[in-house]
Amino acid sequence: MLDSQRTWEMFRYFVRRVLQGVLTFFGATFIVYALMFANQTDPLQTLAGERPLPENVRQALTERYHLDDPFIVQYGHYMRGLLTGDFGISLTNRSIKEMMEQAWPVTVRLALLAIVIAVLISVTSGIISGIRRGGPFDTVTLIITLILLALPIVVLAPLAQLFFGVQLKWFPATAGADPGVYQLLLPAAVLATLVMATEIRVTRASVAENLRSDYVRTARAKGLSKRRVIGVHVLRNSLIPVITLIGLDLGNLMAGAIVTEGVFNIPGVGFNLFRGIRTEDGPLVVGFVSILVIVFIVVNLVVDLLYAVLDPRIRYE
Amino acid sequence: MSNVESVTQAEAPAADPAAAGAGGSEKPRSLAGDAWNDLKRNWIFWAASVLVVLVVMMAAFPGLFTSADPEYCSLSRQHAGPSGGAIFGYNFQGCDVYARTIYGARNSVLIGLFATIISGAIGLIIGMAAGYFGGWVDALLARGIDIVLGIPTLLAAIVLARRLSDSEDSGFWPVVITLGVLTWTTGARIMRSSVISAKSQDYVAAARMLGAGHARLMFRHILPNAAAPFVVVLTLLLGANIATEATLTFLGVGLRGNAISWGIDISTAAPYVREAAAPLVWPSVFLAATVLAFIMLGDAIRDAFDPRLR
Repeated sequence: MLDSQRTWEMFRYFVRRVLQGVLTFFGATFIVYALMFANQTDPLQTLAGERPLPENVRQALTERYHLDDPFIVQYGHYMRGLLTGDFGISLTNRSIKEMMEQAWPVTVRLALLAIVIAVLISVTSGIISGIRRGGPFDTVTLIITLILLALPIVVLAPLAQLFFGVQLKWFPATAGADPGVYQLLLPAAVLATLVMATEIRVTRASVAENLRSDYVRTARAKGLSKRRVIGVHVLRNSLIPVITLIGLDLGNLMAGAIVTEGVFNIPGVGFNLFRGIRTEDGPLVVGFVSILVIVFIVVNLVVDLLYAVLDPRIRYE
Repeated sequence: MSNVESVTQAEAPAADPAAAGAGGSEKPRSLAGDAWNDLKRNWIFWAASVLVVLVVMMAAFPGLFTSADPEYCSLSRQHAGPSGGAIFGYNFQGCDVYARTIYGARNSVLIGLFATIISGAIGLIIGMAAGYFGGWVDALLARGIDIVLGIPTLLAAIVLARRLSDSEDSGFWPVVITLGVLTWTTGARIMRSSVISAKSQDYVAAARMLGAGHARLMFRHILPNAAAPFVVVLTLLLGANIATEATLTFLGVGLRGNAISWGIDISTAAPYVREAAAPLVWPSVFLAATVLAFIMLGDAIRDAFDPRLR
């Protein structure tokens, strides 16, 4: 009885959350599209640059890009392109979809490496600070997280490249085409610092909270070793918020990847976007940003749903 | 309304002799007084305040810190080491790195400030309306907040800043507007939740029964009691905005051309790190210190106002 009620509640939550995701998807793509193309003075002249544009070419292009249609119809065409996987062509005449397909695996490798580094470091130090709150390790960790929070990636990426790549030569200063794990290690560490500070603080807070909880007292009272109490009981419950954070941090990671990949010359999604911005390649920027926004929304949706499954205490409202 | 105020004023002197009579010189403290007492003893707060004051001085009166002209560059001293007043040496163009770093504070601070004012105003209005009116207004606004939150800030900022800027100007206002309209969501959410908890208090009901209108209730009664967490968010946001401005400028969609800014200096120095590190290191250090100062300040104030976090 209770179980079926719970399943029903969960189902309703899922439907609500998916509907909200769909709404966000349309709202966000609409905003991005409106920002990019609304009130543009003369996109065709921008495309042609300094050269004069013959009237018949102008007419053909206007028809091809639906420039005479009202704004909302243009948005419809753009959405149809997005949903059917047609993201347009860059100013350098390459298919954005193909560029994305080449760049994607590299960025995923970089991001996964960054997440692994971030989770390893933040869970370990978060647990130690959570257990010894107020101790020297905790104080130092708190100060370090404060500094990490304040270091923008534009500061960190070039400085890390300078110190660890150019001066100390511990890592390659730039990664070439198809970079391996060793080449990606330094950029991944830079990217990891973006999310590490929050993860350390959240782990610390939830470990400290869980240590005071009833189930830990029970586990201690029945004579379990400290190691087992912390390693199994506390750890498992403290990881839930950290997992959610990883999903939320994806937006941060993508933003950080633009600068990091640009600085370290990693041919991923961020690098293409970085180059597209610098070479003023409008279609490329819009195509890539649209794809990234979609990925961000979908991942957040999946994380929210996973969270509901992982943590039975969550309230479906 | 005035009689309520006069009642509280009349009460205060009456309470004071009673406290003094009990032998304690301590007055009953308000939340703000408590928080200030906490802050006074927090070294992080003082360190952050000193840094903030320094940076603001730099932004307002750069001439106090250097007499060199940041725009005078000479290729004959390209990447030259420190000499005389140029304690950080010279960059690729032969400009004084120290002077450029000092003068770069102004753009960062002003952009951070204006962007935060815009996003604070939007967040205040939307959060206040959603929290105060509730019902369908709240439902609508909350969905709007969700949608804007669903957009990764930097990505949207790249598109918007590109769109707003035309290549003639320095790119100052486009960056301010971009940051302002994209970063108000956190403030709006905080405002909304603190308004919701403040509006059910007795003093609000009392004021309403005395005939106070919506505007008076919102801005004279609810706002002062819901403002603390909002101010904290804005302080943190100021630091974040300065960092985002540097990132946008670094990417090439922020400040441009002849503007003197840490973001531009970092981005122009980055390709030449192998030849000279100082032109990259110093603007980076100043930028990081400024962001750190605002984040530490916000953190300290939040801890003082919310003892539960300790």
